[in-house]
This record gives sequence, structure tokens and C-alpha cells, in this order.
Amino acid sequence: MELCDLSAYKLSELIKKKEISPKEILNSVLKRIKEKEPEINAYITVTKDLAKFQAEEAEKRQRKGELLSDIDGIPIAIKDNICTKGIKTTCASNILANYVPPYNATVVDRLLKAGAIIIGKTNMDEFAMGSSTETSAFGPTQNPVKKGYVPGGSSGGSAAAVACGEAVFALGSDTGGSIRQPASFCGVVGMKPTYGRVSRYGLVAYASSLDQIGPICKSVEDCAMLLNHICGRDPKDTTSVSVSIPDFRSALNQDIKGIKVGLPREYFVEGLDSRIKDKFMEAVKFLQDAGAIVEEISLPHTKYAISTYYLIATAEASSNLARYDGVKYGIRQSSDGLIEMYKKTRMFGFGREVKRRIMLGTYVLSAGYYEAYYLKALKVRTLIREDFKKGFEKVDCMLTPVSPILPFRIGERIDDPLKMYLVDVYTVSLNLSGLPGISIPCGYIDDLPIGIQLISKAFNEQTIIKLAHFYQRSMEDKWNLNH
Amino acid sequence: MEFEPLICFEVHAELKTRSKLFCSCAVDPDADPNTHICPVCTAQPGTLPVLNKRAVEFTIMAGLAFNCRINRRAVFARKNYFYPDLPKGYQISQYEHPLCEDGYVEITGDDGKPYKVGIKRIHLEEDAGKLVHEKGYSLVDFNRAGVPLIEIVSDHTRNPIRSLKEAKEYLETVRQTLQYMGVSDCIMEKGQFRCDVNISLRKKGEKGFNERVEIKNMSSFRFILDALQYEIKRQSELLKAGKKIVQETRLFDERKKVTIPMRTKEDAPDYRYFPEPDLVELDISPEFVSLVKEKIPELPAEKVKRFVEKYGISRSDVLILTKQRETADYFERCAEYTSNYKRLSLWVINELFRLLKSDSIGIKECPVKPKAFSELINLLSDGQITEQIAKSILEEMFVSGKDPSEIIKEKDIKVIQEKDVLEQMIKEVIAENQEIVEKIKSGKREAINFLVGQVMKKTRGQANAKLVREMILQQLDYLSL
Ligand SMILES: [Zn+2]
Repeated sequence: MELCDLSAYKLSELIKKKEISPKEILNSVLKRIKEKEPEINAYITVTKDLAKFQAEEAEKRQRKGELLSDIDGIPIAIKDNICTKGIKTTCASNILANYVPPYNATVVDRLLKAGAIIIGKTNMDEFAMGSSTETSAFGPTQNPVKKGYVPGGSSGGSAAAVACGEAVFALGSDTGGSIRQPASFCGVVGMKPTYGRVSRYGLVAYASSLDQIGPICKSVEDCAMLLNHICGRDPKDTTSVSVSIPDFRSALNQDIKGIKVGLPREYFVEGLDSRIKDKFMEAVKFLQDAGAIVEEISLPHTKYAISTYYLIATAEASSNLARYDGVKYGIRQSSDGLIEMYKKTRMFGFGREVKRRIMLGTYVLSAGYYEAYYLKALKVRTLIREDFKKGFEKVDCMLTPVSPILPFRIGERIDDPLKMYLVDVYTVSLNLSGLPGISIPCGYIDDLPIGIQLISKAFNEQTIIKLAHFYQRSMEDKWNLNH
Repeated sequence: MEFEPLICFEVHAELKTRSKLFCSCAVDPDADPNTHICPVCTAQPGTLPVLNKRAVEFTIMAGLAFNCRINRRAVFARKNYFYPDLPKGYQISQYEHPLCEDGYVEITGDDGKPYKVGIKRIHLEEDAGKLVHEKGYSLVDFNRAGVPLIEIVSDHTRNPIRSLKEAKEYLETVRQTLQYMGVSDCIMEKGQFRCDVNISLRKKGEKGFNERVEIKNMSSFRFILDALQYEIKRQSELLKAGKKIVQETRLFDERKKVTIPMRTKEDAPDYRYFPEPDLVELDISPEFVSLVKEKIPELPAEKVKRFVEKYGISRSDVLILTKQRETADYFERCAEYTSNYKRLSLWVINELFRLLKSDSIGIKECPVKPKAFSELINLLSDGQITEQIAKSILEEMFVSGKDPSEIIKEKDIKVIQEKDVLEQMIKEVIAENQEIVEKIKSGKREAINFLVGQVMKKTRGQANAKLVREMILQQLDYLSL
């Protein structure tokens, strides 16, 4: 095992004890990138020089005993839709292929202030639209666990990088499952915090009312640690919420006896791979044996979640992506006349999936269709939210699979958008209702990782961190014994 | 067949906030291009709007001044369309839940009675940037992008405007009220006050409504009235010929003074409004509204009433004095130092305005301090100086900013305190000009002007000509006895 394979939690301890230096960690990660990147394609940009400079600085602080935080000196990968000042931020799109932001996203500022080392910008589905990282304008990312398979998406680059040691941990963004699903596909931990927990300032918008930045890590501990640094109200994002931020690490190593876990009945219907269901039930049994009280609950409007999600997400996207018009930044396809320039720029600049969603969203908001689609979707969104509210009157958290299917082969689903959209069936409801969810590994089927998802009430991430940490710790012990 | 026009306006007024609506860039219409821009107002990917509270206050102030209901729940919405001066590809505006609704603006109707023009809504939105067209290419200046605007929409069915005169009255009242509150400077030349107008015609006495036509692109009150006049003529001719009016948008051609078709209802763009997900809904509490209410100064109508009562000046003069809040304020500061309000108002309106106008400056920049101005009025009222001298002193005050007493001392102006001096001079002039006196006595009364002139010459113009004339007549009457 090399340094880049250790968890951030472990590395943090070693740095603090001065047993290893930030430069050593960085070198290990850079070495891994050199080895793996040609095959994996997890990054769009590797910021080697910046990282080296930062590691140098971190090492000085380490020597003086002036470490800025528990993540000082630890390399982090940032999804390429999170703005980094002076570093290309492309959203994996041709239209922003040359875009260098003049400012940092709030999360990036926070990470820099804490001393984290930015190692690069990760690959993703173009504008976060996809579930496989295949819609990237810069080629797909390979699942490091099994060659030829997708890493999930849209934060596939971040998940893959963490899974194979090309980064210690990473930031992703989650609009309909884009953190949790790739985490599950790559066998790592991914968390979507409560909507409003983390500032969206600097996150290139796909669907503003659903987007949320979150951590992708090797362990639940790392997630808790990283979450501590990125949460909090930001005056630049008025949808971020001013609530007290607990030390999420305090939820680690806790007892789970008596914790009430709900299984939403509607999540176990046709479409769920029976092998995944079996694995899932093993996890349920394990938690039950450990003292959790498991009961079935109902989220009756679940069957409308996917359509509701795609109506709202595409409507917002059609408007959010209007700014890419070739006038101010990004790629411009010069032409005679304004309208022609717009057309050519957007035709060349956007990929097929992005165009499809812009068209869909434009249609959804059009006069005569607005009431039937957009307004109705908002109403169903409220019903879905209500479902969860009622559910949480009975239980402390909910447990579901992350994906109804196993990681699939690259190219297998890309030509069938509807089939691709259904991959998000267990994850989109959380974005519609703003709830936090964490995806943690629960084993393998045919050498492919699968995950389980824990959901809690808004601003109550501690509950799922507690349960997830307990589960992951126990499973690691078990798996280690088996090996 | 006689027709009456039904007119409603969409007035856009730029708010006088220090910073833009959604970022902290300064609002400065005179700045060099693209010097007041930032990631937010140039729509860099990932940026988010943060609402300017002051702009919300200003909008509510306008709502209260125009008797609107202030909605508890207010929502921003995106108006989607592509144009290079619109950096985000959408304008953040308000659609379904504006800040203010259902008010009225009270004007004097054509019948001389007060008339309450219906206001449908007032909402808050951001301005777009500006395009500069060069030969073969265009440049865009984003300084104005994100500057707060309010849109005041008057009603087409509930108490609409019914004539050109009312239209003018309405626009002037709206502009004056906004200026009074310091909500907007409303300078049309700077684009701070823009309007689109809707007009339809119907037969006098009819109750229904015909299709209406929207006219855009008018840059002054004059052009607005010209456009309306043209449109009334055009539509009434069509109606007389038994033709239908089509609902459409027309552009005003300032040179030819005609309106030309721009687009019909079918071509109207679909703006695909939807609630802005980047901003939370506003919850406007009654407490907040009352706090804002306290910030509203005395509005023109109340001020006119008070001026007439308190200072006993004619309503027509008060209307002139209160047209701009700064003038009214100036007058009131002067009024603290004199009780001769009538003369004061006359001198402000006639003399001070003339000087301000010839220097093309506003009353705010007036070099004559209110106290000094009143001192001059008092000297004049006490008969210590003549009108002519007062005028020349005022001119001097206007240049040097000095007090009247100072100027009188410096220039050694003879302050005529006693009529004796003047009487003595008149006697001399009469003695020196006996033939003229004879002429007057024989009935040629106009010859008296010569004598007045002679006296004025002796006093070096420092006497009051009217007074001199009276005194000469008195003397002559006395002689003839
Ligand atoms: Zn700005």
C-alpha cells in the first residue's frame, strides 16, 4: 500500500505527527496519476505545478507546527464544474474548453484556506448531465475497479480518482445522484449534503434548485472531515442556509442501537437487479443484528420522481445554459450575423445530451406547456417532499440501494437516454426534497462494486454519518478477516 | 364618430441605489465602458445573485407612494431571451408575484377634477448592458447590466388614461414623485426613465375595449405624445373605415413622427418565465413596510397643499416652486429668514430661475445661500433698495456668493433710504425742463417718460422707476394747483 491509497483521516494523523510530509503524499499521488491516468482519464486538468507549490508551503507549516487544519497538506481533486481562479474550468464541454474563471468558488476558497492541495480538475458528464461520464467532451473515464466499465456519473472523474489513488479525496456535485451513484460504482463513499448546507457559489449551474456540492472519499471518516470544511452559510449564495454546523466527526464511532431505519417499500419493485437486492438485504440484516430497528415505510409518490426530476432539471438547465452564447467567454464560432453566431457556437459547443436537455427544458417552459409540465412537476415535487416528511415522523433515517443496476459497460446505455435516466431512480428524490444522502460500499457482484444509500432529515447529516461509519467500519473488519 | 383613447404606460425607472441589484458594483452612468463589472454582472459561470435590500426598499416606497398593496410574498422570475447585452441569457425580473400591486396615481383629469389612474403593478428587475455599434462590429458595455429598475404598469381597464393631456400629467406626476423620494433621478436623456405605451380607441360612451397597440422606442415626453397623437389618428381612421385594429407592437420613428409595425401578437417572443431558483422568495413583513414608509418624504400633492396654506402663495406659483423637491426645499430654507413669502416666491421663480437657467445649473448648485437670498428680499421689501438694484446685487451674489450687505458696501451702492433725496432730484429735473412740463400740462402725458429718464440718470439707475414716476406726477399736480 502506498501513501496515495491511505485515507485522508490516516494521512492527517501522519502529517500531524510529522511522520510523513505533504510533499511525500503529493509525490505518491502524482506517481499514481502518471501510472494510471492514461488508462483511467479521471482528470481534465492536473495542476501539478500549483500542487507542488502548495505542498511546499504546507510542508513549511508542518515544520513550524502551524498546520492550518486537519486537511492541511492533503491532495484533493475538484470536479471540473467548480470554479478555480486561474485554472481552466471546462464542465467537460467544448463550449468552455478554454474558460479560465476569474474567481474561486466559495468551497475552493475554503479548502485553500484550510491548506488542502488542489491536484486537478476531474472529468465529468458534460455540464453534469449524465450518469456515466460518457458525455464528457474529453472522452469517458474508465471505472478503475473493472476495465471497460463506466465509473458512473456525472462526478465519475472524482469517484475514479479517489478509487484508484489519483487523489486522496475529492469534491463532486450532485443534481440527481451525481455524487452518490459514481461513488457506488467505484466502491467509494459519496455524500450529498442537505440543499443549502454548502455554498453553490462557483458551482457551474446545471439545475440550481437541485445542485449541491459534496465530498467523495475513501471512507465515511474522510467525508465527515471534508464536510466540516465546506459547510456553512455563504453571503454570496442566498440559498445557503444559516444553521449551526456540528463537528461531523463527532458522529463517528457511535453506537447505533435503537436507531430506526426505514425501508421505502416503493424502492423494491421491478427494475431492481435481484442480486443487488440480495446484497442490500444482507446489509439490512447486519444492521438489524447490530441493534438498528428496521421497518418498512412508504413513499407513495416515488414512481413520479424521475419524470418530475427531468422536467425541473431540464427547465432550469435550459435557462442556466443560455449564457453560453459566444459573446463573453468560451468558444465562439464566428459567423455573419448574430443569430448565426449563436447557432453555430451552441451547435458546436454543446454535446448531444446537453442539447437534448436544453430542448426538453425549453419545451417544458414554453407558453401552453408550462402549466402542464413545469407547474405540475413543482406540485409533485411538493408531494415527494411531503412523503419524506411523513416517513421521517416514523424513522430516523432511510436505507435504499443507490442504483437499481450494476455498473455497466462503456457505450452500453449511451444511445438510450430513457434507460440511462432510470439509473437515477433511487437518488433523484433526495435532490427534489433537498435531503442529505450518503452512498457507501456494500460489497461486489461480478467484481463490480455496489452501494447502499442512507437518507436523513434535512440538516441532520450526523445521523447517516453515524450509521454509515458504523457499517463501513464493521464491513472493513469483516472483509479484512476474509482476505 | 368620435373616439376616446385608452392609454396605459409601462414606465421603467432606474433606481438610485449605490450598487447594482445583484452584486456590489457601483451604479455610474457616466463611467468608462466596462469599468463597473464583476463575475456576477458579467454572468461568469457559477456566479449567483445577491439581492440589494435598498432596491427592495425603493420599490416599496414607490408602491406606497402610488397607493399599491405591498405583497407579503414576492418572487423573482427569469425572463429568458438571447441578446448580447443580456449576459445571463435571461433577465431577473418579477412575474407572478411582484412587490406591489393594485394602486393608483392621482392626477388632475381633463375635467379639472382629481382622477385616480389605475396602477396594475410595480416590480423590481435588472437592467441590461448597452451595445455600441461600430462599423462592421458591435461592442458591449456591461456597466449598466444589473442596475436596478422598477417597472410601473398602469391599468388599461381600471381607470385608464383618457387623453394626451392626462398622459402628460400622469408621466410628470410619476417622474416627480420618484424624484421627490430620491428613488430615481428619472433623467430621460440618460435612459433613467423609459416608457412603452399601450393605446386603444373606442367610441365615446362605449364600454368594451378594442385591441390595443404597443408603441416602443420613444426617448422624450414630447415624442411619447407625438407617437400617441399619430396613433390616435391612425387608429381612428381605420375604425372609421370599418377596419379592425390588430394587436401589435409598433416602433416610433422620431424623424418622421410616425409609428411603424414591429411585430404582431403571433411573433411576440415567448419569454418562458419561471421562478428564479437562485433567489429565495421574499417575505415582506408589515413591520418592514412600516419602516420603509417612514422613509417617504412629503410628496408633491401634500406639499402643494401645505405651501398654499402656510405661505399664502397662489397655487400656480406653488406648482412651479414644488415641481422639484430641491426648489421647494430651497424656498423653505429661505422662508425661515423672511416673512415676505409672495415676493420671495416671485424672485425665486423669476430672477433666480433665470440666472440658474443661463448658467444651466440646478438649484442644488445654486451659489446664493438661502439666508443671503432672503436678506436681499428683505432689503427690497423695506424699500431700502430698488428692484433694479436688487437685480444687479443678485447677479453679483450669483457670481461671487457674497451676501447683499457686503456687495452694497463694496460697490458703494447708494441705498436710498429717504424719499427727500429723490424729491430734491425731481424738483431739479422739473426746473431744468420747463418746456417738457408745459407739454405734459397741455395733455401730452407720455412726455413724462423723459423726466423719469432724467431722474434715473441722476440716480445712476438706482431709483425705482415706478416710484419716480409717481412722485413726478405728484409734484406736477402740486405745481398745477
Ligand atoms: Zn457586478
